[in-house]
Amino acid sequence: MSFPLLTATAALPAVGAVATAAVPAARRTAAKWLALLVSLATLALAITVLVRFEPGGARYQLTESHAWIKNFGVRYELGVDGIAVALIALTAVLIPFIILAGWHDADPLETGSRRWRPTQGFFALILAVEAMVLISFESTDVFLFYIFFEAMLIPMYFLIGGFGDRAHAQGEEAAATQRSYAAVKFLLYNLVGGLLMLAAVIGLYVVAGNFSLQEIAQARANGSLHMATSTERWLFLGFFFAFAVKAPLWPLHTWLPNAMQESTAPVAVLITAVVDKVGTFAMLRFCLQLFPQASKWATPVILVLALISIVYGALLAVGQRDIKRLVAYASISHFGFIIMGIFAMTSQGQSGATLYMVNHGISTAAWMLVAGFLISRRGSRLIADYGGVQKVAPVLAGTFLIGGLATLSLPGLAPFVSEFLVLVGTFTRYPAIGIIATFGIVLAALYALVLYQRTMTGPVKPEVSAMPDLRARELVVVAPLIVLLIFLGVYPKPVTDIVNPAVKQTMSDVHKTDPKPSVEAAK
Amino acid sequence: MSTTAVHSLWTTAADPIAKIPAPKIEYGQLSPTLIVVGAALIGVLIEAFLPRKSRYYAQVFVSVVALCAAFAAVVALAADGYGTTKAHIAAMGAIAVDGPALFLQGTILLAGLVGLFTFAERRLDPAAHGNRVDSFAAQAASVPGSDSEKAAVKAGFTTTEAFPLLLFAIAGMLVFPSANDLLTLFVALEVFSLPLYLLCALARRKRLMSQEAAVKYFLLGAFASAFTLFGIALLYGYAGSVSYARIAQVVDGTVTNVDPALANTMGNDALLLLGSALIVMGLLFKVGAVPFHMWTPDVYQGAPTPVTGFMAAATKVAAFGALLRLLYVVLPGMRWDWRPVMWAVAIITMLGGAIIAITQTDIKRLLAYSSIAHAGFILAGVIATSKDGVSSVLFYLAGYSFVTIGAFAVVTLVRDAGGEATHLSKWAGLGRRSPLVAAVFAVFLLAFAGIPLTSGFAGKFAVFKAAADGGAAPLVVVGVISSAIAAFFYIRVIVLMFFSEPRPEGPTVAVPSPLTTAAIAVGVAVTLVLGVAPQYFLDLASQAGVFVR
Repeated sequence: MSFPLLTATAALPAVGAVATAAVPAARRTAAKWLALLVSLATLALAITVLVRFEPGGARYQLTESHAWIKNFGVRYELGVDGIAVALIALTAVLIPFIILAGWHDADPLETGSRRWRPTQGFFALILAVEAMVLISFESTDVFLFYIFFEAMLIPMYFLIGGFGDRAHAQGEEAAATQRSYAAVKFLLYNLVGGLLMLAAVIGLYVVAGNFSLQEIAQARANGSLHMATSTERWLFLGFFFAFAVKAPLWPLHTWLPNAMQESTAPVAVLITAVVDKVGTFAMLRFCLQLFPQASKWATPVILVLALISIVYGALLAVGQRDIKRLVAYASISHFGFIIMGIFAMTSQGQSGATLYMVNHGISTAAWMLVAGFLISRRGSRLIADYGGVQKVAPVLAGTFLIGGLATLSLPGLAPFVSEFLVLVGTFTRYPAIGIIATFGIVLAALYALVLYQRTMTGPVKPEVSAMPDLRARELVVVAPLIVLLIFLGVYPKPVTDIVNPAVKQTMSDVHKTDPKPSVEAAK
Repeated sequence: MSTTAVHSLWTTAADPIAKIPAPKIEYGQLSPTLIVVGAALIGVLIEAFLPRKSRYYAQVFVSVVALCAAFAAVVALAADGYGTTKAHIAAMGAIAVDGPALFLQGTILLAGLVGLFTFAERRLDPAAHGNRVDSFAAQAASVPGSDSEKAAVKAGFTTTEAFPLLLFAIAGMLVFPSANDLLTLFVALEVFSLPLYLLCALARRKRLMSQEAAVKYFLLGAFASAFTLFGIALLYGYAGSVSYARIAQVVDGTVTNVDPALANTMGNDALLLLGSALIVMGLLFKVGAVPFHMWTPDVYQGAPTPVTGFMAAATKVAAFGALLRLLYVVLPGMRWDWRPVMWAVAIITMLGGAIIAITQTDIKRLLAYSSIAHAGFILAGVIATSKDGVSSVLFYLAGYSFVTIGAFAVVTLVRDAGGEATHLSKWAGLGRRSPLVAAVFAVFLLAFAGIPLTSGFAGKFAVFKAAADGGAAPLVVVGVISSAIAAFFYIRVIVLMFFSEPRPEGPTVAVPSPLTTAAIAVGVAVTLVLGVAPQYFLDLASQAGVFVR
């Protein structure tokens, strides 16, 4: 038996989380370093996965399969395709930066209590989330996926509710109330989605008799497993609802602005750049493969919802006064693009969507983390409280600009490639929707640039006049992300090479071919 | 005419047969119950003859030994194959020794053992006049607040009678799910109910509330018993027998020898419907299903918390066992009649429990309503009417009982000057003061909420799967919706513990003795093991999923 690489990749941060939580109260710094080292070791394992993965090879690679709960027909089955590999790499890359960016976010205000260990808890929870996200990307058993898809909510909930943003206008009392409101809202939305999915998971078992993605997909393909049309549609809806809450898709999105606004910047990045990707990833992997007919049936409605997300998210982002809410609404707009790309059912659309998940992760991380550094300096999230920062802190302003430009998909930066692919992929099949979606880009330019203009340019406000520029730790966080953005913007081939074969297979699952004439120029 | 059945006593009275056949009792197969009853009797003798000082230790010792021995006997019987291949009906048709019976007896005994640990806890309440005291009144007979009560406290009295009462209750519960005729069912019902009524009245603190709870429980319980008894009489009129097998035969219409004395009423469907409805009502009362749940919150709140924990866990196990046997062995031929009714009961139980729980402000009442919601989930498995349904209910009960005892054990730890601080507002910020206790309680709440990787999820999945397989998909959807509603109030407690500022005059967490610690640790361990690696226990439950007829 070969080394269980995928298990190790997910288990390492889980073990690291337990170890970090067990560090004594006084050794806070040791806990931070331990968490960082674990996340870097996980990155090393993820890179090994990336290297060992052969893009042209079998559909699912590095597979592991063990009996787990026989009575439920559940197996511990792991395997990765190109889409999963790309997202595993994204997760493993982002976590060390998230940890580093949140280095001081959980330092206790009072150090009196010997038993209260917020710092240890903060980093342990981040690693726990990483472990659960990784295993959901890896699992090819529906039940196994479901378990971690749901269990992930608990550490996320504590991260949002327990470690809020300290920059709060109305004082600590109001902050605590709003924080726990945001955490509960997050949990309830996702739990309701998850429980409806549970009903669908049970239904799937009643129909199929097991949970193995490969077995069910195969049985569906060769016709040995017949599903009544209405059954398939109900099951599809159960799954899709959960993923649409997680992703989030309009009108199930309202938890995201609250959650991102109230949590610290690194946690906000964790939500939108990492955890939410599980939702869009699961649409590709589970909805399309298990319920191809129902997916095609639902496509028109989903595309319209995605379109609303794109335009509505962007419009609301333009109108925000709070920096973090602005980023949250921008993310909703971007998730609209991703979902549109998935359900356009063209290979450009789906490779674009996968690429978009990766690029959105990196660009949002860069933008949001710099915004977090900015907010922690001034102690306010309101855009109106800033002005002229670029004269005082030019590096901070410059990196903030690059993050913003990446978000508006400036050519030369990574998100441009994916947004272009998604739009081309949508246009070839649904021209009208493709055209309307382009307005999202125009609005993106508006919110990203206006944010920059209001906060960074103009006369220097007295409150920001003494603002220090980025520190070494913060530069270590931002610089590599910007390098990645530029690299993938100029040369996206490494990612597309991994993703494309997997997308082709997904396309064949839903019996869709690209419309003629196909637009190959995008590659 | 069958001579082996008990009812031959009455039906053959007119015949000139002089000999009454000597009953054949399989003592070995009844040993779990006999051991516990024996130990309870020894406990009574201890109360009578031992000096006051040594009673506590003697009682705890006898109870622990008895429960362990009885559990060993259950395991031995199961290992002998009585749960599967050798399953049969013992004690002249009165007791069934089969898979479900042994599984539930094992669960009840382990739950009883863990419950006993919380009964025996003596470190939580501050010592009264130098004597360590447990959760029970110094002298149950003295009027609350009276001089005689003060004298009893001063003298260091403790109600060690609680231990034999607990053993009697357990003995009744052991018989209840294995009873194979209606009279045995009724006797077992009374044997475990009466000690529980008494135990509910024994709280050391808030005695008036405790006594009120006991009276309420007793009155409503007596009503339920009367209904059950009336139902038994009607069913006897219908079938001419109290034996499960015989009634089932009459229901199926496969009976040949009809007693002339009962020929007029025999096979009268009105008697059957009324009778079975009344009996099921009595059982649903014990289970705490809506609309027979009114007693649950008051009794759970008023009873001493260790009693609440034990009662919430073990009564549910025993009553669901009896309900399963009744519906699966006696009334399978009538499932088209009872399934719609049970559907309705399950739906209103799930939704009712979950919705009313939202407004609760007392942790014990909250857990009471949560237990009602859980009764609804279990009913979904009962309705499946399949082997899967039985084993999923068995598994759910096993997981649920340990979570419940553990959760109530944690409730006993959080105290202020007035005893246990059960008002929810006092739990604010507990996670800051005592992260470990709050984390453990959070694990129990997550298990109640059915979050994956806990026993609650595995159990919920099992019953919902069985229900969906049995064609009750709408029930699963309702179950899922009420799970979401229920999750809201479990989460609210977690929010309160971890995200709210601690109150300056808030409660403290008492440091328990190893007994309560063990009870909580067992609860956590079972919760996680059944959540992460449930395979072995699911196998056990599915092997035990067949009733003997």
